Amino acid sequence: MVHGHDALDGITLNTRTGKGGLGIARRENLEAYLFLLPWIIGFLVLTIGPILASLGLSFTDWQVGLGMNFIGLENFRLMVVEDDLFKKSLGVTFNYSLMALPAGIVVALAMALLLNQKVFGIGVFRTIYYLPAVTSGVAVAMLWAWIFNSEFGLLNWALDLINVEGPAWLLEPRWALPAFAVMSLWGAGGLMIIYLASLQAIPQTLYEAAQIDGANVARQFLHVTLPMLTPTILFNLVVGIIAVFQTFTNAYIMTAGGPNFATYFYVLHLYNNAFGYARMGYASALAWILFVIVLVMTLAVLRTSQYWVFYSGEKE
Amino acid sequence: MSLQEPAGKSQGWTFTYKTRRAVLQLAVLLVGSAVFLTPLGWMVLTSLKPTEQIFLFPPEFIPKPVEWDNYAEAWSQGEFWTYTQNSTLVAALNIAGNIFGSSLPAFAFARLRFVGRRVLFLIMLSTMMVPIWVTIVPTFLLFKFFGWNGTLLPLIVPGFFAVPFYTFLLRQYFLGISHELEDAARMDGANSLTIYFRIVMPLARPALATVAIFAFVYHWNDLITPLIYLTDEKLFTVALGLSRFRNSYRMEMSHMMAAATFALVPVLIIYFFTQRLFIQGIVLSGSKG
Repeated sequence: MVHGHDALDGITLNTRTGKGGLGIARRENLEAYLFLLPWIIGFLVLTIGPILASLGLSFTDWQVGLGMNFIGLENFRLMVVEDDLFKKSLGVTFNYSLMALPAGIVVALAMALLLNQKVFGIGVFRTIYYLPAVTSGVAVAMLWAWIFNSEFGLLNWALDLINVEGPAWLLEPRWALPAFAVMSLWGAGGLMIIYLASLQAIPQTLYEAAQIDGANVARQFLHVTLPMLTPTILFNLVVGIIAVFQTFTNAYIMTAGGPNFATYFYVLHLYNNAFGYARMGYASALAWILFVIVLVMTLAVLRTSQYWVFYSGEKE
Repeated sequence: MSLQEPAGKSQGWTFTYKTRRAVLQLAVLLVGSAVFLTPLGWMVLTSLKPTEQIFLFPPEFIPKPVEWDNYAEAWSQGEFWTYTQNSTLVAALNIAGNIFGSSLPAFAFARLRFVGRRVLFLIMLSTMMVPIWVTIVPTFLLFKFFGWNGTLLPLIVPGFFAVPFYTFLLRQYFLGISHELEDAARMDGANSLTIYFRIVMPLARPALATVAIFAFVYHWNDLITPLIYLTDEKLFTVALGLSRFRNSYRMEMSHMMAAATFALVPVLIIYFFTQRLFIQGIVLSGSKG
């Protein structure tokens, strides 16, 4: 998305030239749209159609089995004024973003720097560090629920080794969300790979120039590596925010939103309203708020990026 | 220059410094590996322990005796054979669907000129950001209208329409395929469909394999769609079947971990054999282009 314009300029240069003629152009248009058909149908029926339909439904009080009335903005008023769980779930989701995203970026970057060295067996290490990122879903959530077990879990045993008495993690409202963040760090390999790819794309000449200017390792990191990585950090931030707003499986399996709603993520609330209470109108309103939040967050990060993202002049 | 050691005496010092640095790096890498592997190791070890060995503190790591029966027990407590068949069917059809549904539009975006290409491509890219939760309610109602709810169709049919992420990934790859073969074929009167089937798709095998792997892992692990659409246990996927395990309190921890291991093994095997494709796919998707 960030590089959309460059990408398209790229194509214009690549396309075949010299085959003019309106007939051919028209035929190519037709062909192209036939090729696009799977996307166009999917976009209309499974993406934009549902988005608009849920906007429409969000102005109704429809509950499956009961009638449907147009109620204007009542759902949104309910959300703000009466639905404490809406606010709770929003708070949980934002809190979690603030914990997990910065930690994830730092840890993944450290991992990438570590794995960017020429050390014996580095390929094996990369395989191992990335491994947790390909595992996800119910099995992993069950595994971590066991690891966080307050009495017999692996984590509290490890803490016990360094004489720290671990909390009850998933059973304590204060510690349940940090537990989720710890778990997310285990999967930081997914981010790490993206950093690693960007690290390897940094031209070696920049480091050589910095060395000639007498920059030590720390300064090289601050003035070469970090600026060159900012587009990647931005990309990961955007994707990360959107991903956090979709946290479902771990919460559903490990805590079901508890204890005392401490891990009641936004989409759990949406799920419960839609498929628990069949309140399709209200759930649609929640879905639209989610849509707007994701849109605003994405735009905000992109907007601020001009102040801190450094784009190198070089394009591949 | 000024901070560099004088050339003469630096030789020996650099050597020991480098060695110490390498040893330190190796040590950190090993500790990290232990951290990343331990949870999975703990899962497998737990799955092989007899019940009385599980609730011990400090834990005993080596199962004594090794209880292979836990796997048979876990298997018999759910209809795992049925789940596995369903998951395999869903994943296989989604792989086929995703490959064709996404590569056709990707071909148009990468290789054909048409009115509105820029705008449509930007629209497609922006839909990559739309969470599934935004569209889930109307989609559920639509499938209900079709009479599909409670069948595997809602898990399969959407796969045949383009997945924006895979379309983008394949487009990136298609852009890099040389135009020479295509131009020669066009000279001989080949149309775009021929070019797509005979030239671009065969040359894009690594990217298609990446999509296949991503699609497999996604659909094998996915809980949300099966959870929402399936009610009959005969149609449950592995992920959904496993989630019911979690909710039954009579389950033994060792059986739960055996079932979890079983669910993760296919993904792990695929990862070990195809890591290059995994990593290429991620790098490709993040690449400028």
